[in-house]
Amino acid sequence: MIESILVEGLIYGIMVLGVFITFRVLDFPDLTVDGSFPLGAALMVQGILLGMNGWLALLIAFIGGVLAGVVTALIHNHLKVPNLLAGILTMTMLYSINIRILGNRANVPIIDKKTLLSDVSSRMSGTIPDEYILLIFFVIVAVGIKLLVDLFFRTDLGMTIGAMGNNEQMVVSQGINPKTLKTIGLGLSNGLVAVSGAFAAQYLGFADVGLGQGIIISGLASVMIGEFLIMKSNRIGVLTFCALAGSILFHAVMYVGRYYGYVIQMTPNDLNLIKGLLIIILLVLTQSRKLNMAAIKAMVQK
Amino acid sequence: MIAINNASVLFNQGTVNENQALRDINLNIKEGDFITIIGSNGAGKSTLFNLIAGTITPAIGSIHANGRTITREPEYKRAQYIGRIFQNPLLGTASNMSLEDNMMITYRKGFKWLKRSLNNKMREYFRSELVQLKMGLEHRMKENLVMFSGGQRQALTLLMMVLSKPSLILLDEHTAALDPKNAGIVLELTDKFIREFKLTSMMITHNMSHAIEYGNRLLMMDQGEIIFDVSGDAKKELTVEKLIEKFHELRHRGFENDRALLSE
Repeated sequence: MIESILVEGLIYGIMVLGVFITFRVLDFPDLTVDGSFPLGAALMVQGILLGMNGWLALLIAFIGGVLAGVVTALIHNHLKVPNLLAGILTMTMLYSINIRILGNRANVPIIDKKTLLSDVSSRMSGTIPDEYILLIFFVIVAVGIKLLVDLFFRTDLGMTIGAMGNNEQMVVSQGINPKTLKTIGLGLSNGLVAVSGAFAAQYLGFADVGLGQGIIISGLASVMIGEFLIMKSNRIGVLTFCALAGSILFHAVMYVGRYYGYVIQMTPNDLNLIKGLLIIILLVLTQSRKLNMAAIKAMVQK
Repeated sequence: MIAINNASVLFNQGTVNENQALRDINLNIKEGDFITIIGSNGAGKSTLFNLIAGTITPAIGSIHANGRTITREPEYKRAQYIGRIFQNPLLGTASNMSLEDNMMITYRKGFKWLKRSLNNKMREYFRSELVQLKMGLEHRMKENLVMFSGGQRQALTLLMMVLSKPSLILLDEHTAALDPKNAGIVLELTDKFIREFKLTSMMITHNMSHAIEYGNRLLMMDQGEIIFDVSGDAKKELTVEKLIEKFHELRHRGFENDRALLSE
């Protein structure tokens, strides 16, 4: 139980890192994610079916995600469409594209195919207990990606993107086109989401066009859980850690809901309701915590 | 150096609310000028800055910089050589980033690549520059800017802008949102930097005595027009009374500006 929560948490954690970049760093609520997640899954599965090298298929999935993000950015930047609508447009178009990629099918299984995961499992089997192989693999992958994201946001370019989310005028005043930065940020974010989708497809054993449904809500809930439970900080390393930890905690909650929800007559169909309620509860808690903090500050100052 | 020719700016063009924010502006900014600008609310002072900075484009007329026409050049491109400080001290810096990160971002203009330039040498350089502000900021390089006061942030924005050596700086009432003590400090620093680095600059102020005290040229604006442009010795002889009188003489009505009178 605990391994599957951790593995799921880490796979989806890569997506949460992407959502964190758009929602928190760029301050751009990007809904493309619902389309770029299954896009990654579809590209990966099709790559595997074509007998491509697994890592090459993963790279193609990443590039596909980047392009999806770039399309959203272009729609927003050049047609002056509000950011939410731009994301929804791309997401809707991706639904058709994903079905095309899957060969006009909504669901394509790869149960008995050689995937990156089956490859790793067969290679490592014997040296490490089987149930921990995937866990260790995903710890390495997720933490590795987290460190790369940290590194990116410490470069001059990454710092400028961070500043834009906070203060667009400042970036303009530095002689930088904020449209370019948004395009880069959205591309990176959706690339990560697609990579997450590619791993999810291999883990689940299929790609499905519906895989992305509500994924943005899961991502946002994870980001918020991470932020709520862990101290506020401006260190990018801490923030991305929060995102990963939030993802694991979120999947723990969902796991409990899925397997023990029947106790309170809950069915898997209720999970989306639970996700939404979870976000609302977190919003309420964060608000009241802010108010409490302000009250304490006022008391201290008196 | 920067010249505006017959520029007019219209807001809500073609509707009943059409409003001519700037009328037929002709202005030649010479290298080394320190121009102060006064005028009541709605006189078009900030619109003039928006026009120069590229936030808005004129309906008619043209703008030239060093012989190049820049009428349609976007704001971010002009920002490479035009620095601007706003009234709101939060607009110049990023709140959720550390002081050193902010300085790194503002240190060099233009697009930045995947390079990590912030090293100990840069930190040492930033520290030595921060000392000039005499605010003790050099000991707080790792702190988030949220922890800094408006005056400190405005002084920092000013310092960083000066270090990037722009050809023209636009100061849009940059001390108006600060408390009197900090406003004084920031204004002193502004004057010091402008003299020291021989910066060409324009400063909007609501305080008429500041407008007279600082700079070598003064513009008075009203209803989208520059009604009075004075420089050199004629400017040195100005007093607040003479300015108000001049306004009355030109416009046949009183200079409505309570703040200007109160801040005497």
